[in-house]
Formats: sequence, C-alpha cells, structure tokens
Amino acid sequence: MTAAFPAAAPARRLGPLGGLRNSFTLTWRSLLKIPTNMEDLFSLSLTPIMYLLLFTYVFGGAISGSTHRYLQTELPGILVLSVVFATMGTGMMLNADITTGVFDRFRSLPIARWAPLAGAIMGDAIRYVISIAVTLGFGFVLGFRITATPFSAAMGCLLLLVFALAMCWFSALIGVMMKSPQAVQGFGYLLMFPIVFGSDLLVPISTMPGWLQAFVKVNPVTYLSDAERALLVGGPAASLVERSLLWALGIFVVFAPLAVAMYRRRT
Amino acid sequence: MNAENATYAIEARGLAKRFGKTTALAGVDLTARAGTVLGLLGPNGAGKTTAVRILATLLRPDSGAASVCGYDTQRDAHQVRQLIGLTGQYASVDEGLSGTNNLIMIGRLLGLGRRAARARAAELLARFELADAAGRRAKTYSGGMRRRLDLAASLVGRPRVLYLDEPTTGLDPHSRNEVWAMIREMVSDGTTVLLTSQYLEEADQLAHDIAVIDRGVVIATGTPDELKAQAGQQVLSVTPARRDDVAAVAALLAARLDAAPEVSAESGTVSAAVESGRRLPEIVRELDAAGLELAEFALRKASLDEVFLALTGQPASAASADAQKTPELNGSPR
Repeated sequence: MTAAFPAAAPARRLGPLGGLRNSFTLTWRSLLKIPTNMEDLFSLSLTPIMYLLLFTYVFGGAISGSTHRYLQTELPGILVLSVVFATMGTGMMLNADITTGVFDRFRSLPIARWAPLAGAIMGDAIRYVISIAVTLGFGFVLGFRITATPFSAAMGCLLLLVFALAMCWFSALIGVMMKSPQAVQGFGYLLMFPIVFGSDLLVPISTMPGWLQAFVKVNPVTYLSDAERALLVGGPAASLVERSLLWALGIFVVFAPLAVAMYRRRT
Repeated sequence: MNAENATYAIEARGLAKRFGKTTALAGVDLTARAGTVLGLLGPNGAGKTTAVRILATLLRPDSGAASVCGYDTQRDAHQVRQLIGLTGQYASVDEGLSGTNNLIMIGRLLGLGRRAARARAAELLARFELADAAGRRAKTYSGGMRRRLDLAASLVGRPRVLYLDEPTTGLDPHSRNEVWAMIREMVSDGTTVLLTSQYLEEADQLAHDIAVIDRGVVIATGTPDELKAQAGQQVLSVTPARRDDVAAVAALLAARLDAAPEVSAESGTVSAAVESGRRLPEIVRELDAAGLELAEFALRKASLDEVFLALTGQPASAASADAQKTPELNGSPR
C-alpha cells in the first residue's frame, strides 16, 4: 500500500469534459448490469410478445376483420406501447439506487452532480433498443411486413428511441419522488395506462365517444403511433414526425429539470 | 485557510439540522486531529448519521459550518469530496456488479485511467482478502465480505479523511476484528478516521478521542479514559436481601452521594457512581442503623457502558435494541 496522502492539493472544480466522462463510466455500469438482471430482461422482451399475441389474436378480428390486416396497423402501436412501458424501468432502477445508498456513494465522490442520472438514462437506451428489436422481430414471425423504405423504417426506430429518452425523464421524476421501487412501478403504471391506451395506438379513433376523441387527439402517444405507422407501413409522415419530436422535446424540457431538481433535494 | 496548515482534519461548529418536526442536530461541535480516530458515540437516532452526512457533503446543515482539512463542506464541496472516503450503512456498493467492477467504476469516476483503475481494484481486493470473490457479483457476498468491499471502495481514492458509519454493526466477532485491524492499519498510514458506533467497546479499542452525542447535542467529549473518570471512577452496588427494601436503599444512597443511583428492577440492585471508597464505612453504618439487611455490597470500576448510561440516561444496549429508523436514515428530507 502506498502512502495515504495524495501529494497535490485538491482541484477546485471538475473540468468541462469531466462530467461527460463520469456519465460514460456510469453508462458502462448500467450496461454491465443488463445481462445480469434477468427479471428486467424477461419483462423487457416478454411484454411486447405478450401484447402482440393478445391484441393480434383477441382483438384483431373484431377491429380489422382479419388478424393479418390488424397486425399491419397494430404493430407500430405495440412498438410505442412497449417502449413507453420500458421507460418505467428507468424510474425503478433510479429509485433502487437511491434507496440502497449507491447514489450516496456517488455523491460523496468528486464527480458531476448530474452524471449518475445521465449515466443511468444513457444506459437505458440499450434497453429500449432491445424492446424495439424484440417487438419488430416477433412481429415479423407473426407476419408483419415493413412496406415503407428501409430508411423510413430506420427513422421510425430512431424516433421511438428519441421519444423514449424524453419519456424516461418523466419516469426518472417518479423514481426520485417515490419511497420504494414497488411504489414507482405501481404509481407509474397508474399514470402510464391512460396515456398509452387513451390513444389510437390499438383502436381507430372514429369508434370512440367525442369526449374521449378530444383527449386522444392531443395525446402525444397518438401522434407517435401515427408517425410510426407512416414510417413503417407508408403514408405522409412529415407533420406527424414533427409533432412527435416537438412533444418529445416538450416532455424533456419539463421533466428533465424537474427530475434533476427533485433528485438534488432528495439526495 | 488551506489543507496544509489546518489544525484539525475535521472541524464542525454549531451544526444544526431539522427534518420537519424532528431535530436531528441541535448545535454540534466536533474536532478530529489529523491522523487520529474520533469516535462518535450515541444511541440510535442521536444524530450520528446526520452529522456524518453533513461532513460528507451529502446534506447541508440548517446552520453552523463544517470543514475537512480546512475546506468548507458547503462552499468547497468538490475539494472535500476529493479528500474523503465514506463507508457504512448508507454509502453502499452496487450489488449488481462484481467486486472488481465496483472498484474499477469508482477508480474511473475518480479520474484513474483504465489500467490504473484495474490495478488499484486488484490491489485493494487482495488487501481485503476478496481476491477469490473478485469476479462474483456483490449480491452473493456475505455480510462481512460486503463490508470489506465497502471499505475497499471508500479507499480507492486514498482518502485523507475516512468516515466509518457503524462499520461493524451486524458483523460476527471475527469479521469485526478484521475490520478493526484494517482501521488501525489505515490510521498508521496517516488517515484521519471518524467512526460512529453504538458499541462502546469499539470506541474504547480504536478511538483517540470520543464525543458522546444524544438527542442532537454533544453531551461529553474526551479520551476514553477521561470519559470513564468523568462519570465516576468506581461504582457502588448494593443489593438488599428483601425486595421491599430497594426503595429505602436507593433513597439512602441518593442522600449520601452526589450521583443519583440506578435501580435494576430484575436483580433489585441499586448502583451509584462514587468518587472514592472513603464514604463507604459511613454508608454501611447508616444502612445497618436503618435495619436494611444486605445480600451484596460491592465496589468496582465503571465500565464504558455505565459511562454511557450516566451520560445519556439510557443504556447503550437498550438504545440499540429499539432500533427504529430515524428520518435521516431514509435520506429523504421531505
């Protein structure tokens, strides 16, 4: 063991790149844990499969007259649903880090205050990619076909990722406010369900009563689902993509500062 | 003031902190000389953890100030974080990562390069006898192994000041002795240690100075020997032959001695601190004159437990037995 005394006086502040480097280290930490967290991997990959099977074969005939035709309109919606639900994991994991004291250790280190949050969220991007890949892959098995250009489909996946990275700040906010990971899950789903299903993600909007249509028409999940349909199956996408991106930006601008502020207060 | 000519490695003045209606600290002064161990003793909920969290820059005090090696914990938090290591019940290791990756992560966060972080991790794992379990996830570690990994994690940055918050709570005697040996080794390397504990024996073994804290205030400070002297060098215990006489014996001792006697309901023993043995013949004569028949009459040295009892009004063991979670343990000052 070398001497306990560092020779140099402590630095006054972290360099501009220091915070980014801290965030990458903590992203690496999140990535290391993905293959070891089997429960999360299961729910991440089984949730879309379950929804695809249930909705395609239970509702498909009633809604579209044929399960195959329904799959073409429904799968983009299931993509949105899976990714939005996957953002709940962000809040739960953040909450676990706070309640187990891991974040206390981080905060006692000379690192950027925002690095643990940013690292956790960047690490989650890979979880969303897994969710998108499983949904698309299983959709192909069931007979879904991309009928738009490959570039357009790639843009569809990218849009999903961007939206998820904005939405996970909302999840992060719940994560830093609740007392336990279980509370995050319970409360999170309670809020997410009406937002996810109160949209035209699974059912055409024309079948809904007027008051519900009013809500569905302003729900960002509706824009995102329509944008995904256009990008994967075909149709005019530009204004839908634009609105989805504006919503993503809005969600980020509101919830990211709130989450950071609550995180600072909590820890 | 700067790190090199600060007198104390840890210095706190008038720290106060409230959580809602709970007063965790009500004006605490603490000092630790460089290269020594300061033991912070007190029952659960006394405010020990709140004090450590303030000194570790995790909490802001409502009033008062603290410094580490001359750096203010609020104004110069970034510098303080480069000087300290934190371990204990709260600053936990990541259970989902292996021992090696836990330490590499901290090394990288402290600015070490890949190879340096890996080398430092291997060095610490070997030193804390965790080399065999280095690749296993911390979730699979025993309590003692986890505590050692936690200790190793706090040493990655070679801290000058180390906070150990109840480092041996819940450990078996063997693991506890290992942790003690490691603390002594760090102190001999020149590290300053702030140790909180509910165990008087631990403070007696390790601490150069002790501060006893209760209900958010420091109620006594000194070396372990000074504290023992402060609460009375010796203890007189008197057990009457008949249970009915316990109150009468207690009243008689209370009248003759400065310290209020303690009555043990189970054994019917009345004990009180005495300055010396000079008053004993007088007390014996008075007990005899009052017709109080005795089963036991003994004079012995005070234990640190009795010091604790005399200072806090409750025995250390009973205080730790009703281990309810205090607000600061949940870390949420809402």
